[in-house]
Amino acid sequence: MAEKTIAGKSIAVTDEGYLTNTSQWSKEIAMEMAKEDGIDLGPKHFEILEYLRKEVAAGESLSIRKVGKSGIADVKELYQLFPGGPLKLSSKYAGIPKPTSCV
Amino acid sequence: MKKLLILGAGTAGTMMANKLHKALDKEEWEITIVDQFKTHYYQPGFLFIPFNIYTKQDVIKPKSNFFPAGIKVIYNSIHKIVGDENKVLLQGGQVLQYDYLIIATGAQTRPDETPGLKDKLWYKSIFDFYTIEGAVALQDYFKHFEGGKLVMCIAELPYKCPVAPIEFVCLAEAFFTKKGIRDKVDITYVTPMSGAFTKPVASKMLGDLLAEKNIKVVADFYLERVDNDKKTIVAYDEREIEFDVLTVVPTNMGDEMILRSGLGDDLNFVHTNKHTLQSEKYKNIFVLGDAANLPTSKAGSVAHFASEILFENLMSAIEGRPLMAKFDGHANCYIETGYGKGALIDFNYATEPLPGTFPLPGIGPFGLLKNTKINHYGKILFRWIYWHILLKGKEMPIEADMTMAGKKRI
Repeated sequence: MAEKTIAGKSIAVTDEGYLTNTSQWSKEIAMEMAKEDGIDLGPKHFEILEYLRKEVAAGESLSIRKVGKSGIADVKELYQLFPGGPLKLSSKYAGIPKPTSCV
Repeated sequence: MKKLLILGAGTAGTMMANKLHKALDKEEWEITIVDQFKTHYYQPGFLFIPFNIYTKQDVIKPKSNFFPAGIKVIYNSIHKIVGDENKVLLQGGQVLQYDYLIIATGAQTRPDETPGLKDKLWYKSIFDFYTIEGAVALQDYFKHFEGGKLVMCIAELPYKCPVAPIEFVCLAEAFFTKKGIRDKVDITYVTPMSGAFTKPVASKMLGDLLAEKNIKVVADFYLERVDNDKKTIVAYDEREIEFDVLTVVPTNMGDEMILRSGLGDDLNFVHTNKHTLQSEKYKNIFVLGDAANLPTSKAGSVAHFASEILFENLMSAIEGRPLMAKFDGHANCYIETGYGKGALIDFNYATEPLPGTFPLPGIGPFGLLKNTKINHYGKILFRWIYWHILLKGKEMPIEADMTMAGKKRI
């Protein structure tokens, strides 16, 4: 656990940079976290982030397959929006916990 | 007569039929089990067939050998569960009523979910080893294989027996070494996970093991399609990997019947309470084994540990008591690593695999997260235990709840 100053606010994050308190999230924080990774968030990105926050709040578990069927972007587009790891990155910017893949 | 209905006569369904037949009053209860197939497969054995360690005969027996006398067995496909009316429709129109229902219809490989996978190279230079057909086809292929790029690719999470692909590349490495062609075979392990395994400590141990064996690991690779002409696998992020022979864990999904019944998630796994094992939708439906959407491994050991919890909760439900037993996601997996050695992992929802000894703290005989000969014997012995003790629902000397005794936090 650590405190990090993002968008002028002190935010509690994990060692990997995920928010530990999802209520501290704001669009500005998302923008700044994404910028650190070299990603400029646009309207499409935010649609995904809002979707993820809504699903997690409803207690749903997330997978790339599921987000790809959300109607916002398919899996290929998700990789273009969040290059490298769509679910991991989008979860970070959405201020929700890092997705756990259980096998 | 009250009716208890079990859908699926694999590992989970068969175990429950045996346990419940012993416990329920035969004057009062009628137990029925339904499955479309008459053959029981020892699925953990498929992995050994390509390397001539097991034959087809070692892994198949008639399902009827394992049912207790006095239960009703129906061989037919299941069309749909109608939860609101407590009934199940079978193919051809037969209707089965139930008081309590156990869904144990498992998980299946679905190569058709990935474009190009089940195409012109299927069973020619692309194989799975999660079906008897795939395992036998690969055995034939390896007889004439003289070298090249062997790529092991996991298409999507979750999949049955999470350690099987790691075991596969380890056994392949040993097999080609013994054949004298190891220097001509390039082995690559391709996974959508961020490392060799999900949980950090096991991922490191298994990653080191693969590095030691000169097996390359390509992580965070999410398979989009297979290019049959170029003989490559292509990820959603456009990365491509060439293969001469591709072994694949196709997407795993629950039975289509779950979709028709409106009980599942987007992979047709049944929405299940992860502690009580009760369906999230109907109080008189319970779910056991791979069919459930539990956040733990899809494996026989999980079905076995869960069966004890489900048994207790079902008996409570029948007697009108609250469901007190809580499943902790306990899984226990032997990992064959080649050259007569094996590793072992033991974990649950909350605790990742840790080093130590099992089942007796400080004694073993099995070493957790260690590569030893005795672990290998554990796996070999397990086939006998499976046929003779586990399926018949007899007591095993291992607790259903995971224990921290004998484990070291690191």
